[in-house]
Amino acid sequence: MENKHLPYMLLLPATIFLCVFFIYPFTLVAWEAFSKDGAFTMEHFQTMTSNWKFEISFWNTLLLAAAVVPIQLALSLLMATMVSKMQKGRDIVLYIWTIPLGISDLAAGIIWLAIFDQSGYLNSMLYGLGVIDQPENFLSYQNKSTIFIAIVLAEIWRATAIMLVILVAGIGLIPKEYYEAAEVFGASNWKRFTKITLPMLKPSLQTALVLRVILAFEVFAVVAALGGTNFPVLMGETYNWQFELQDGNVAAAYALVILAISIVFTLVILRVLRVPKGAQV
Amino acid sequence: MAEIQIKNVAKTFGSYQALHSIDMTISDREFMVLLGASGCGKTTLLRIIAGLETPSVGEVWIGDKRVDHLPPRQRGIAMVFQNYAVFPHLTVFENIAFGLRMNKLDDATIKERVNRTANLMHIEQLLQRYSGQLSGGQRQRVAVARALAMEPDVILMDEPLSNLDALLRLEMRAELKGVLADSNTTTIYVTHDQVEAMSLADRIAVMHEGRIVQANNPVEIYRNPAAHFVGSFIGNPPMNFLNATKGGKGKWNVAGKSFSGPQSGQENLEFAIRPEDVTLNGGGLDAKVRIVEPLGAHNLVTCDVDGSLFRAVIDSDSKVKAGEHISLAPMQDRIRWFDPQTTLAVA
Ligand SMILES: Nc1ncnc2c1ncn2[C@@H]1O[C@H](COP(=O)(O)OP(=O)(O)OP(=O)(O)O)[C@@H](O)[C@H]1O
Ligand SMILES: [Mg+2]
Repeated sequence: MENKHLPYMLLLPATIFLCVFFIYPFTLVAWEAFSKDGAFTMEHFQTMTSNWKFEISFWNTLLLAAAVVPIQLALSLLMATMVSKMQKGRDIVLYIWTIPLGISDLAAGIIWLAIFDQSGYLNSMLYGLGVIDQPENFLSYQNKSTIFIAIVLAEIWRATAIMLVILVAGIGLIPKEYYEAAEVFGASNWKRFTKITLPMLKPSLQTALVLRVILAFEVFAVVAALGGTNFPVLMGETYNWQFELQDGNVAAAYALVILAISIVFTLVILRVLRVPKGAQV
Repeated sequence: MAEIQIKNVAKTFGSYQALHSIDMTISDREFMVLLGASGCGKTTLLRIIAGLETPSVGEVWIGDKRVDHLPPRQRGIAMVFQNYAVFPHLTVFENIAFGLRMNKLDDATIKERVNRTANLMHIEQLLQRYSGQLSGGQRQRVAVARALAMEPDVILMDEPLSNLDALLRLEMRAELKGVLADSNTTTIYVTHDQVEAMSLADRIAVMHEGRIVQANNPVEIYRNPAAHFVGSFIGNPPMNFLNATKGGKGKWNVAGKSFSGPQSGQENLEFAIRPEDVTLNGGGLDAKVRIVEPLGAHNLVTCDVDGSLFRAVIDSDSKVKAGEHISLAPMQDRIRWFDPQTTLAVA
């Protein structure tokens, strides 16, 4: 009798916490997005979509995620495989690679601004080497593509390690015997990676990708530092509506859009990387 | 041609020496069984041949090629792992097909070979399951099928039937013997089961503490153990050993009786006889019966001879009872002698 209730009792504090600090604010935000003077309305969504910046920021956000996440996935897989093969110094390399994780995203944006700025390192270096005659403004509104590249670089630098850490842990969980069997039965290094590592890493890949994709849709500070208003993204627009234009309703609508695409992509990732029933390790 | 030559191979793990200078040649198509107590280095030796472990010293040759610098996949071997290593993310079919796909065989051949080996191992109804949905014994048979499907030059099997029930093991043993005899495969087979070793082997290599003590055909191993360890390890129940003291030219005193033995300069030898090589005739060793265990075909009698444990296998018709004194006469031509210092056989 007692035992039957125990799990629920233990779950209660966390559940209450979630209800108070997540479900309740969420319903408030949702209500704010869908209501005006206490009645249901789609007006705020119409305000949002009719603004010219909505479409641009929507596509910018998706484009950024589409450019950053695959590169990060490939990089973190490569780095994780390398780290896992190391005998000595493994921990030190891992610590160094994860340093950017300890830096806030705004600080990361500023670091990269210091590189790409008109008086930044990159300009000084190119000038010093004689490649350019005068400093170039890489991040001006005329250089949309360099802004994009700078943001992509900063994001990769900043947030690849989060996937790396998850994948290193996942690879560490794959028993050595499967690699040995694959090797005996003729699998080359690459085949062992595609036939053993990748399929057995699916649960970790799921976690890493979901986490990373959600963070990619919430990108804000790095973009603000490097692109300012030249590269609008959804999160930046949310901030704008809330604090610059003082319209909490439209900001709430933006927040719901971000939530919706996050949910859609999470479901897609979980579906694509699902492990067939019975094949769980 | 897949003759395996192991030349002076040794292996140390840190400060622990798992293998001491192993020298062994396994001829093409031979069925070699490695037999030895747990921890004596059988798996280590197999892994060195497979290339999963590098020898600390020595060479491994397969065919006329030195292979100890080659990766496993270039050695032309297949292996059944002691812990199976059946891939959990693949179905049984894909597990058995794994090596064939790596070798880029066409689908029809793969299908045919998978079905054939699965039938042989009686797992044909499990082909679509995952390893997590199999019993231990079924998983083990998948591991065997995966190796057999390769039709390799050399197959290494590490206790491939250890997890099967007695009946199934008997059947699988016969199947394995049949398939491997029909193929051109050289086999190294590790087992703890002596009966299995005897029934399968062309030759048995008995290992003890990282060395090969004796490698010979099963009958020779059984009849003429090269060392005390072999006699005490092979045979169920194992050999009996008694102290012998010199009693004149070629004569040795054992438990108060005199036997003719080797013309050795030593003062002491070890007298050895198999339990089934004694008869209940007068004039033999005086034995006090401790336990009588009827085993159907015969009785196993555990006695005390001159303060040492002594087992005898006698006819189940005999009326020997615990507590009695009996006379056990060793057959003269079955007596073996060992040097107590070197533990090696003395002729
Ligand atoms: N990677 C390793 N590191 C250190 N010691 C090892 C390692 N592998 C094996 N050993 C040791 O080497 C010895 C031989 O091991 P091995 O696995 O070859 O035994 P085995 O004869 O196969 O035993 P079993 O019949 O129990 O399988 C053991 O004492 C074991 O502890
Ligand atoms: Mg072993």
